[in-house]
Amino acid sequence: MKILIIAEHKNGQLSEATQELFGLPLGQAEVHAVVAGESVESLAGPLGQLGADKVHLIESPALASGTGESLGQALGQFIPQLALDVVLAAHSAQGKDLAPRLAAALDAALATDCIQVSCDGDKVTARRPVYAGKATAEVEFTDDGLKVITVRPRTVKPPEPDAARSASVASVVVELLAQKTGLKEIIAGGNERPDVTEASIIVTGGRSLGSAENFSIIEDFADSIGAAVGSSRAAVDAGYRPYRDQVGQTGKVVSPQVYIACGVSGAIQHLAGMRTSKHIVAINTDPDAPIFQLADYGIVGDLFEVVPQLTEAAKNRNGS
Amino acid sequence: MNIFACIKQVPDTTTRIKLRGDGNGIDEADIQWIISPHDELAIEEALRLREQRPDSTVTVLSAGPERVTDSLRMALAMGADSAVRLDLPGDADSGMSARALAAAIGKLGEADIVFTGKEAIDDGAAAVGQALAVSLGMPCVTVVNGIDYGDGAITCRRDVGGGNVEIIETSLPAVVAAQVGLNEPRYATALNIIRAKKKPIDTLSADELGVTEANRKTRLKNFELPPPKQPCQIIEGTPADQAKELIRVLAEGIQAI
Ligand SMILES: Cc1cc2nc3c(=O)[nH]c(=O)nc-3n(C[C@H](O)[C@H](O)[C@H](O)COP(=O)(O)OP(=O)(O)OC[C@H]3O[C@@H](n4cnc5c(N)ncnc54)[C@H](O)[C@@H]3O)c2cc1C
Ligand SMILES: Nc1ncnc2c1ncn2[C@@H]1O[C@H](COP(=O)(O)O)[C@@H](O)[C@H]1O
Repeated sequence: MKILIIAEHKNGQLSEATQELFGLPLGQAEVHAVVAGESVESLAGPLGQLGADKVHLIESPALASGTGESLGQALGQFIPQLALDVVLAAHSAQGKDLAPRLAAALDAALATDCIQVSCDGDKVTARRPVYAGKATAEVEFTDDGLKVITVRPRTVKPPEPDAARSASVASVVVELLAQKTGLKEIIAGGNERPDVTEASIIVTGGRSLGSAENFSIIEDFADSIGAAVGSSRAAVDAGYRPYRDQVGQTGKVVSPQVYIACGVSGAIQHLAGMRTSKHIVAINTDPDAPIFQLADYGIVGDLFEVVPQLTEAAKNRNGS
Repeated sequence: MNIFACIKQVPDTTTRIKLRGDGNGIDEADIQWIISPHDELAIEEALRLREQRPDSTVTVLSAGPERVTDSLRMALAMGADSAVRLDLPGDADSGMSARALAAAIGKLGEADIVFTGKEAIDDGAAAVGQALAVSLGMPCVTVVNGIDYGDGAITCRRDVGGGNVEIIETSLPAVVAAQVGLNEPRYATALNIIRAKKKPIDTLSADELGVTEANRKTRLKNFELPPPKQPCQIIEGTPADQAKELIRVLAEGIQAI
């Protein structure tokens, strides 16, 4: 079995979600990685230490802030040269956009947002959530052709880098054709906290916060434990938080290690975005709030009293 | 302009999911079907564009069994000019759906722009828009929450996570996948819902679209419901005690901090 991992990187670092892909049970597979962009050769070392046997470098300034179109074109040219069985990418903003393009261009099978992937001998198995996490299903691949699979971030832990390992390195030259799409600008969100889709802990506030200013108690607590700040739609609609923080059916779908819902009722559309979180904590004045049915730990109480105490307790624990 | 919107019919979020006896799908008996929420944005954007550009038509497409006709009627009630059902099984994979949609668009005239949702809330695959674009040889911009329409080109704002926004320009024809924020979908009025009941809905067969089971590459099976939740452990005490205990659980119990 021959697998290719599409490596995402920013500021000379591999993304966390890319590192995690090496933690999947890939059996005895021969693992290749491809990395495209500018000055990418520095990533060959880390990729080898994570478990890549061979690293392919597509050195191309045009791909450094590439669009899905240009990356798809580059990888679409390169992948057929490798006689692969599986292409793995993170189900990140980039991976989500790219993988279906590749699958269509290469006439491959596609399974996105998987939460279990394993390779054993020549068998590939994958499982993914369906109906917003109300169920999961196994993806049966109906033939032996190429499979393109994206994996939900935080599905597995990245392996410890093995300093003794290294990968062989090859340079790849691709020819980019005229592009129909062009990236004009990237407007940075100025968000210093982790994004909800990438965080391992999320502290979410709801309508009951009552104002944008009051969210500072949620932010303080989030900062004390290195968490992202999430929001219910009601709090977004009320203008307390930007849309990027919204969790739920019409917001982001997240599955962090810990999800702490503060003054969030637990409407079904909210649950659709966070149901698959590993541990769920609810803080709510109403003991009958639906969120408690999904929560593992609950505090029945006023968030304005409890949350500042949590910040205190977390800081004390950190010894600061 | 020749404007298309692709819509998928999905179970309403509030529907309780029950598995079929063989575990290879869900029991569709009591399901309330709706247009996938992001696809309503796709319809809305198509209608708004038509309002800006005289001599435009909006065609809505949905691939699926007979039941999807209801969702197509809802799109007509919102204001679409015509609606076509592509006769595919409800469990077609994204490759089959994309292929059928591309073939239908090819048959129905030269598209100037095709709107889809960013993802359907049943499979959450976020795949069909991009695959469709590849089949049509068109560029595709995903998770779009704002569009400036120019001449033969559009400029899209897309949400790339972390609050970062990309501004992407693309030539037309193109496929655009809609994200929340793009617009506020209108409601169909009761009168228009009644009127739409009488409108014709054309069907294209899988044969006409050149899609067969041989095009299937994946099938979902062995569905599982999440294991029943343990009852919530309520942490008692004063707010200070509750806080200390929760932080202890996070740090020592589940070692998350
Ligand atoms: C098509 C559609 C899509 C939707 N998409 C989303 C989505 O993506 N995300 C989303 O979140 N919602 C979504 N919704 C909205 C959803 O139905 C709920 O309205 C929303 O989630 C409610 O937000 P909330 O929990 O903040 O507010 P409320 O439901 O008003 O709940 C407030 C909670 O705070 C508690 N409370 C009040 N005061 C305090 C206090 N001092 N301390 C502690 N607890 C307190 C109350 O007991 C209550 O449980 C959608 C709805 C529709 C129809
Ligand atoms: N069966 C279908 N019929 C019409 N449009 C579809 C169908 N499946 C997916 N789409 C479109 O493609 C988008 C992405 O769907 P998905 O890849 O299933 O998440 C949806 O929001 C729809 O706009």
